[in-house]
Amino acid sequence: MIAINKNKIKEMADNLSDSGTGRSLWKDARIRFMQNKAATVSLFILAAIVLFSFIGPYFAVWSYEKIDWNAMGSAARVGMPSIESGHFFGTDDLGRDLYSRVIQGTQISLMVGFLGATVAVFVGTLYGATSGYLGGKTDQIMMRIVDILMSIPYMFVLILLLVVFGRSIGMLFIGIGLLSWLDMSRIVRGQTLNLKNKEFIEAARVTGVSDFKIITRHIVPNLLGIVAVYATLLVPGIILAESFISFLGLGVQEPSTSWGALIKEGAGTIRYDTEWQLLFPLAFFVVSLFCFYFIGDGLRDALDPKDR
Amino acid sequence: MSEHKILQVQNLKVNFDVSSEGDMPWTKAKKLQAVNNVSFDLNSGETLGIVGESGCGKSTLARAIVKMVPADSGKVIWFGNDLLTLNKSEMRQHRKQIQMIFQDPLASLNPRMNIGEIIAEPLRTHYPKTPESDVKERVKDVMNKVGLLDNLVNRYPHEFSGGQCQRIGIARALILKPKLIICDEPVSALDVSIQAQVVNLLMDLQEEMDLTLIFIAHDLSIVKHISTKIMVLYLGNMVELANSNDIYTKPRHPYTQALISAVPIPDPSIEKSKKLILIEGDLPSPVDPPSGCVFRTRCQKAQDICAIEKPEFKEVSNNHEVACHFHD
Ligand SMILES: Nc1ncnc2c1ncn2[C@@H]1O[C@H](COP(=O)(O)OP(=O)(O)O)[C@@H](O)[C@H]1O
Ligand code: SF4
Ligand SMILES: [Mg+2]
Repeated sequence: MIAINKNKIKEMADNLSDSGTGRSLWKDARIRFMQNKAATVSLFILAAIVLFSFIGPYFAVWSYEKIDWNAMGSAARVGMPSIESGHFFGTDDLGRDLYSRVIQGTQISLMVGFLGATVAVFVGTLYGATSGYLGGKTDQIMMRIVDILMSIPYMFVLILLLVVFGRSIGMLFIGIGLLSWLDMSRIVRGQTLNLKNKEFIEAARVTGVSDFKIITRHIVPNLLGIVAVYATLLVPGIILAESFISFLGLGVQEPSTSWGALIKEGAGTIRYDTEWQLLFPLAFFVVSLFCFYFIGDGLRDALDPKDR
Repeated sequence: MSEHKILQVQNLKVNFDVSSEGDMPWTKAKKLQAVNNVSFDLNSGETLGIVGESGCGKSTLARAIVKMVPADSGKVIWFGNDLLTLNKSEMRQHRKQIQMIFQDPLASLNPRMNIGEIIAEPLRTHYPKTPESDVKERVKDVMNKVGLLDNLVNRYPHEFSGGQCQRIGIARALILKPKLIICDEPVSALDVSIQAQVVNLLMDLQEEMDLTLIFIAHDLSIVKHISTKIMVLYLGNMVELANSNDIYTKPRHPYTQALISAVPIPDPSIEKSKKLILIEGDLPSPVDPPSGCVFRTRCQKAQDICAIEKPEFKEVSNNHEVACHFHD
């Protein structure tokens, strides 16, 4: 009885305060995102994976470079996952602790993904917004350059870069980031063109708002939604690219590792009954990618202008 | 009401360069005459209605007056200054006094800003040092004026209906207490029932704040109540300009006559006996306008001379100007 009343009162209070504050599009989008179960669950799982990659090392018994001489060469018999031996995920063929190696690979793969996406978002947004805002001939030339760059086979160039300039994570960042901004720039340019002709931009110009204020106050905030969506879809794309390169043996080099490199090692030894060497990194890889795609999907639905 | 000229537009011309789909980069762009030789005077407190089919250059005319598109020639004299010769910072001073209202109410409001921020923007732009409490007060004031509850300041545009959004747009236009408001089809996107409300609101505000209006519409029935004089545009050219009453009772240009005949009359007996003059065919392309009289391709009265000689736009009776060789 009392509980019901309390709820009622709370509801009424909520309604009252609601008449004062409006729902911004961001708030709206957040509510809609939360209603998407797959996206919300994915967000939690991904957060857990990121958290794990930071606090996981404190629980590790073995460091990622220490070799368990018992397990070396006989991983199939001694190096299986077990709590007692301290190898929670087992060991690899060299006797290194897979738990620590997976954490290390997770850190590096996620870092490549996030940093690569950051570079791409930064370059792509700047390039696309400039092209769209300036318009005319400049826009034409800038977009033709993008077309030309897009027609170059992406993986081929990246592999070439790694072979020519040596294999390093830095090179990998630059290569992936600088090549994946192309789509971003196109999307941002389209959106900017679209926005530029909107009447609220014209309204601001008529009133005498400066170009700089128009860009910062009216254009950029309206671009953020699409940039956010595209960025979340870009991260898994880049992780995938990095893993592919690492799988070819051109990416991250020993003693560092990444999901792709671990999967390659695991796949190479699958014949010797050490399936955990493949399954643990693969599980992290697959689950994370799914999470990113679900989140991107949820964000896109939440920010979709058609639903407004 | 003071009866002095606040705005004189003289021989205003606006051309756009247009290139078609398959053009090579070196192909010379074609000229599109969007506004051709438009002139009019506007006295303080008046309302000029501008009417014409979609694509006849109404918006371009409005935008050229406030320098949103560059004019090719002509003058826009605002309180004695030719706006077209002013530089950006000089123009900024005049922007306070000339505001605009747009066709699409929702699109004219930034979806990421709340109502309070939107309405206050002109004030914050021109008087950035205004204390926050004064800004709030002025926003509330102007919201009440346009019939919006002032506790809605924190709401966002998507939470409002079209009519309410247009009121927000009007509030934004009013906050600096401008002298002239250019309304570019402010009711075309609204429901018929709401159109009248918005027009009435504008008329009340005009009285209360001594506003001068330019009111653009694509059909005559809407501008009827609000306008003191009406200009009819066709393919960027003025075809008739007269007092509102004269346009309705004795239209002299065949195009205006056709437009008037399409306006429904509330009395059914008159409505039934009324002769509807149809305008046949499509609007010619402004890139390649007809020779002579621009209306000749669709005019029932057209003669040979209409294709050869362009009719002069001239006064044919007291304050009634027409461009037609065979006007009534
Ligand atoms: N920025 C522009 N570039 C090229 N052509 C334009 C531009 N703006 C308008 N036009 C053309 O000018 C003509 C008049 O357009 P507009 O003034 O928008 O007409 P209205 O407002 O009467 O419907 C149209 O033919 C339109 O295609
Ligand atoms: S000038 Fe000729 S074509 Fe033009 S409106 Fe008059 S009668 Fe018609
Ligand atoms: Mg228009």
